[in-house]
Amino acid sequence: MKNKRDILLTVAGLVVLFGAACYAQFEMGSYVRRIINLCLIYAIIGLSMNLTNGFAGQFSLGQAGFMAVGAYVVGIFTVPVELRPNVFYAEPMNPLIADIQMPLWLAQLVGGLLSALIAFLIGWPVLRLRGDYLAIATLGFSEIIRIVITNAQSWTNGALGIKDIPALNDVRYIFIATAITFLFVTCLINSSYGRAFKAIREDEIAAEAMGVGLFKHKCMAFMISAFFAGIGGGLYATLLGTVDPKNFLFTLTYNFLLIIVLGGMGSITGSMLGSIIVTAGLEYLRVFDEPLELFGMAIPLFRPGFRMVIFSVLLMACVLFWRKGIMGTNEFTWEKFMAFCKNPVKYFTQKGAN
Amino acid sequence: MSTVLKTESITMRFGGVTAVNELKLNIEEHKIVALIGPNGAGKTTAFNMITGVYTPTEGKVKYTAPGKDEVDITGKRPSDIAKMGIARTFQNIRLFKDLSVYENVMIAKHLHLKSDVFSATLHLPWYNAEQREMEKDVEELLRKVDLWELRNEKASSLPYGQQRRLEIVRALATGPKLLLLDEPAAGMNPKETAELTEFIRQIRDEYNLTIFMIEHHMDLVMEISDWIYVLDFGMEIAQGTPADIQNNTRVIEAYLGVDEDA
Ligand SMILES: Nc1ncnc2c1ncn2[C@@H]1O[C@H](COP(=O)(O)OP(=O)(O)OP(=O)(O)O)[C@@H](O)[C@H]1O
Ligand SMILES: [Mg+2]
Repeated sequence: MKNKRDILLTVAGLVVLFGAACYAQFEMGSYVRRIINLCLIYAIIGLSMNLTNGFAGQFSLGQAGFMAVGAYVVGIFTVPVELRPNVFYAEPMNPLIADIQMPLWLAQLVGGLLSALIAFLIGWPVLRLRGDYLAIATLGFSEIIRIVITNAQSWTNGALGIKDIPALNDVRYIFIATAITFLFVTCLINSSYGRAFKAIREDEIAAEAMGVGLFKHKCMAFMISAFFAGIGGGLYATLLGTVDPKNFLFTLTYNFLLIIVLGGMGSITGSMLGSIIVTAGLEYLRVFDEPLELFGMAIPLFRPGFRMVIFSVLLMACVLFWRKGIMGTNEFTWEKFMAFCKNPVKYFTQKGAN
Repeated sequence: MSTVLKTESITMRFGGVTAVNELKLNIEEHKIVALIGPNGAGKTTAFNMITGVYTPTEGKVKYTAPGKDEVDITGKRPSDIAKMGIARTFQNIRLFKDLSVYENVMIAKHLHLKSDVFSATLHLPWYNAEQREMEKDVEELLRKVDLWELRNEKASSLPYGQQRRLEIVRALATGPKLLLLDEPAAGMNPKETAELTEFIRQIRDEYNLTIFMIEHHMDLVMEISDWIYVLDFGMEIAQGTPADIQNNTRVIEAYLGVDEDA
């Protein structure tokens, strides 16, 4: 976003999309709204993952864990106090928190901040090392957080999960959260700090020699990423209406990995596209999870879980043959968009020539 | 003349290999000083110790920014050393390959940024002012070195000679007092080398730099250097003016191999 025209167009674009969100909210069925909301939430988390993995070049696999943190904070603090004895029927809620109730936005914010704090605690020792220790540490964290949640019965209701989270299937609210995340990440990447992240991705040694403090900037990217994953996790909890440790299995992280790889590591608009494709795709791939009979014969592979097999194969194919994803590190820009509108044929032939 | 950089018997050992052995350097302000020696002599290792990539096994590195007190920079982080005014280039060019020429140089300006990450993200007025200042400086610099027209090109798409030049420009953008160049003329033809010689002199005068460089092109070294250090197997075997070095028998031996009859 360089000049005034682009900023205006972006604002206009967001207003139009917000109009569409309102339309969806009032005119569409709850199933479609749910899918739209899931797309939007996945976009938030995809963006957050792209920040560390795509822009700063640090391979983190902690998204499911950070989502769990955000989701549980929302779960714990938004369930109305009077409903809590019902939810925490096995073991009563810890008196420290039993009377604290927060509005959704506040609980989300607390969840995001807590995620960022945890990211700092993970990053403090790990981000000083060279190499892919972050992947291992975040992987471990995702598992540990689930074990902690399962065992902290009086805080999280353990394996029973938290029910009765005030459900929010409101496209407008979630759209605004996504738009804020999108704008924040875009502005961050287009600032001097964003350039520093990219420098680290391109060449750590050169970045450091140019005065970019590696630990400081990696930590920054990782914490901001965790913050938004927490925010997204909080929304996820309200969309589901219940949370339970099994929602945040490590495999959830793969969804976001696919989103950023498919959309393009290091492309914000790529992550947005990726999240739409992956969420919609996962929804439509559900047919593969249903038993299927053709001419009276049961097709053997069609059973619950087959969807994930297809999904993994897609991820593998993507990594093997299409490493740059849809967008590479490019972005949608209004300039390209206009060139395309004026003369689509020329746009593609010229692009091919380069 | 005041000293900018001084090393006090720095030694670097990798396991059993002593790459640099008790090296004592004394680099004076506004001079062009060369470090020469056969392959594997330990020249790059010396650079790495000065810029904080390696911490010397023994010895100290002391740096005096013009008008400031001497500081011990041994074992400091490379990014902190860069902030204090020592910039470098690399023997195997290390540009940010997928980023544009412009971004490569803008990144080098990041170290002076005062705004925190939130003011930067929200593009608050004081950040915008800093950003404009950076843009202005970078434009001026790129125009001066004839890279402005190429600013939107990917760094990796530049011809080799331009990449070397860009790497020097990127180091310059950090606003250094002392510039370390690791084989800036490597892979260049005589014409490019001559241009580079002129360029190094020009930036030294224009930005009031002290230059310390490793180089194999002897004509460049002899023409441009005020002082030369010669390293062989990690040890200093000679130092002096170009004329001294050209006639030094130990240096000639080190380069040509020891003559059996001598
Ligand atoms: N990280 C390292 N680990 C182990 N040995 C190293 C390391 N870095 C350098 N060396 C060794 O130290 C010695 C000096 O290497 P250095 O790169 O400093 O030489 P140089 O003078 O720059 O040579 P060239 O002219 O080829 O660039 C070599 O024997 C090299 O193998
Ligand atoms: Mg070398």
